[in-house]
Formats: sequence, C-alpha cells, structure tokens
Amino acid sequence: MLKRKNEQAAIISKEHEEYLRSINRERHFIRITQILIFIFGIIFWELAARKDLIDTFLTSSPGAILNLIVKFINDGSLFRHLLISTMETIGGFFAGTLGGLLIAILLWWFRRLALILEPYIVILNSLPKTALAPIIILWVGMGYSGIIATAASISIVVTIMTLYTGFNGVEKDKIILLKTFGANKFQILRKVIIPANIPNILSVIKVNIGLSWIGVIVGEFLVSKAGIGYLILYGSQTFKLDLVMMGVFVLGVIAAIMYFLSSWLEKKIIKY
Amino acid sequence: MEYICELRNVSKRFHTINNETKAIDDISFKVRKGEIVSIVGPSGSGKSTVLSLIAGLEQPSEGEVIVNTRSIGFMFQKDQLYEWRNVYKNCLLGLEVKNMDNEENKIKVKRMLEKYGLTNFKKHYPSQLSGGMRQRAALVRTLAIEPDLLLLDEPFSALDYQTRLSIGDEVGTILRNEKISTILVTHDIPEAVSISDRVIVFTERPAKIKKEYEIVFDDLSGERTPMKCRNTLTFGKYFREIWRDLDVEKEE
Repeated sequence: MLKRKNEQAAIISKEHEEYLRSINRERHFIRITQILIFIFGIIFWELAARKDLIDTFLTSSPGAILNLIVKFINDGSLFRHLLISTMETIGGFFAGTLGGLLIAILLWWFRRLALILEPYIVILNSLPKTALAPIIILWVGMGYSGIIATAASISIVVTIMTLYTGFNGVEKDKIILLKTFGANKFQILRKVIIPANIPNILSVIKVNIGLSWIGVIVGEFLVSKAGIGYLILYGSQTFKLDLVMMGVFVLGVIAAIMYFLSSWLEKKIIKY
Repeated sequence: MEYICELRNVSKRFHTINNETKAIDDISFKVRKGEIVSIVGPSGSGKSTVLSLIAGLEQPSEGEVIVNTRSIGFMFQKDQLYEWRNVYKNCLLGLEVKNMDNEENKIKVKRMLEKYGLTNFKKHYPSQLSGGMRQRAALVRTLAIEPDLLLLDEPFSALDYQTRLSIGDEVGTILRNEKISTILVTHDIPEAVSISDRVIVFTERPAKIKKEYEIVFDDLSGERTPMKCRNTLTFGKYFREIWRDLDVEKEE
C-alpha cells in the first residue's frame, strides 16, 4: 500500500493534481461552513438576547453561560460535578458493556438458554429502560451505585442483543474451518467468534457511551446531590436557565470528546 | 495397498422439521495413499456431504467411514481467510488450534509462503490480495498442519476463469509432487480429469456412484501436470465420457 502511494506521488499528472486540489477545496469548504454555523449561531443568540428579541429568562445567553462557566471553573465546582458524572458514566458504561458481552457469550455458549430467554430479552429491550430507573435506584441504592446501575441497565440489554446476533452471524464455513483443525468450543470463541465481532463490539461501545450518559443524567435527576444532571435539574427548578444551558453545553463538549476518542480507538484497532 | 480412507455402504439423511432428504445412498469407495480422487456430479447431489462425513463433521446415517489419518486438511469454495489476520497469521491458524505453533513450524510456514510467492505479502491483510493469492494463502494454511488427507470442496470455483486454470494447475502439481492424498469435489469435468488419478461420478440426489474412471494419460511425456493433460487426446476422451454420464442436456 505504502509503496503504491509513493509511485503515484512520483508520476502525478496535472489532471490528478487538479483533482486532489478540488477534493481538498471541497473538504475545506464543508469544515469552514460547519464552524461558521456555530459562530453565527452564537453571535445571533447573543445579539438577540441583548436586543431583547428573545426572553433571556427562558433562553439564557452565550455571555451569561460563559460567565457562569468561568465562575464554576474558578470555584472548582464544575470540575467536581463533571468528575462525578463522568465517573458514574464510565462505571455504568463498563458494567453495561462488559456485562452484556459476558451474557452474550453465555447465550452463545448455551444455545438452549438463549432460546428460553429470548422472549424476555426481546421485551426487556423494547421496554423504555428509563421507566425502570426508579425501581433500580430503590433496589441498588440512592447514591452513586444506583446511578451507575441505572446507566448499566440502559446499555446492557441492547449490548446483549447486538452481540448475540453478531456471534450467531459469523459465517458458518469460518467455524467449520476451525472444526476441521479440531478446535474445541473455547477455541472457536477465541479465534473466530470474538475477533469476527470486533467491529460489532466497537460500534456497541460507541452507542453505549451515549446510552450510559442518558442513564447517568436520568439517575441524577432522580436522586443525586451532585453531577451535571443534578445541576440541570437544580437549575430548572430554580429557574436558573443559565445553569441548565451550561449543563447541556458541558454535556455536548464531553460527548464530542468521547466520540472522537472512540473513533480514534476504532482506527487503532481495526487495521484490515 | 494402503488405504487412507474408506467408505463402506454409507448413506446419509438430513432432517428438517418438514421433511427428510437422503443426500447419499449406499456409497462405497476407497482412496489409496497418495492418490488424487475427484468426485463429480450434478449440483446438490451430495458431493460435499461425502467430504463432511470423511472430515468427521457429520455422522453417517448408515454404513461406516474409516479414516486412517493423523490430520485432515479442508479447503472450501471460498478461501475463508480471516480478514482480521494478516496472511502469515492466517497460515498459522491450524497450527495454533493444534498447539503446534512452535518456532520450527513457524519457520516452515515462512518457507512455504516463500515457495508459493507470498513472502512479500506476509503482512498484508486478505482484503489486499487478489483471488489467486488468497487461495494460495488458504492452501498454505491447509498444508501447514501437514495433513495426510486433503479434502477440497470446489476450491477454485469462486475464482475467475484464468486464475482458476493457473491455480488449479499449480495446486494439482503441488499435490502430485508432495504425494498428498486428496479428494476433490468439483462440477468442473476438465478440472477433475486433469488433476486426478481417479474420477468418481455421482448420480442425482440421493447420490449413488454411477461410474468410476482410472485416469491414465499414456500419451503424455515427462512430468504430469494438469496443463499438459489438458492438451492430450486422452483428455478429450475422458471428458466426453464423463459428460455423457452426467447427461447434462437431456433434451437432445
């Protein structure tokens, strides 16, 4: 691959050069437009707020949000709330993803168990898991553990379903090939079922990051004394829309960071 | 004469909820050590079932399958290279499963890759290879465990015509030189005739043995290769006879 690239670089034609330039131009145009939309959106919002075109009581304004962020950063509380929510999310994410993976493996291993449990899993999957949050929190605890359990409960069922389907979707001849070498069931799991599902697992990871945040925010709405969800709820109950907007903004930033992290991970892992 | 594998009055039925199909019916044949046997027959006639029975992937409904092998190599229509492993790692797969991936065998695999022109592609992933190279890599993976019986299930039929001829020629020559006992399932008559010592013709399902041909080229000088066989007069004779056995066009 690399070699081929070099060859091309050596004998690049005018037409090809022009083609590459046009692709670059297009890419720049899209990126710049994306940034401009953001900037103009913010400016418009701020101007509209200052000229009293919108009710800042309901919409807040970028300047007010920024001031609040600076204030929260300075007294260290933003970091504290963020840390709590992030830790809860990571906990819920790992519990949901690893738990789901483990259960999917068990179901694959014991096919009969999978067939027996199928209707329950399907129903559990179509149920809005947030409806279970109050029950889970009562069962597990009114603190961090309850929130983590809520986050895990939201991602675990869909993880089981996706991975179990993926495990059973591995091409049959790929498994037969291993059997002709005399492979046992554990080797089949390790050498073909899991590796063939790495792309699946990675996409589950991407989805689960988002789902875990949902679980954490819902959990914090219900019971917490700290965290981004708590800030948002507290803000809305006291009509401090600046606080609500700040919470949402911080969540947006975190979501973007986590998205890029998982894309990066995907590129690192999948080389073929 | 030593036999590597023998089928005695073997029948196989497959069951589904709705019905039962008899795939093969009372089949008996033997494969000598070092012999290359082809099975030809109409599509869906149970040819592949015979291979599954010999490989132990299925159990016969009646009869006996006797196999005198240490290890069996199986090649499929598609190469079944694992796309997440590079060529070298793919070739080690069988050895890994058998816990035989020691230094000595790894060196052997590297030498085979060199022999089959894949050394420069060792670190490539299957998606970066041509169909012919992929099938060659699959062959290395199969031969790495030193099978004493090779089962080939239409291994070239997914390749384009030209690659198919050249890979068929290559593999046929390798099998003959290394004296590997082989059973080749195919519906390509020229392929069967050019590669094998014996061709077994199956009937429609449930498959029975319709005819058997010992393939001997007496009008051939020097080393026997599939390509040379294709240019002999005997080749045409075998082709016509087997073609008639298969009775492909009934309307004539």
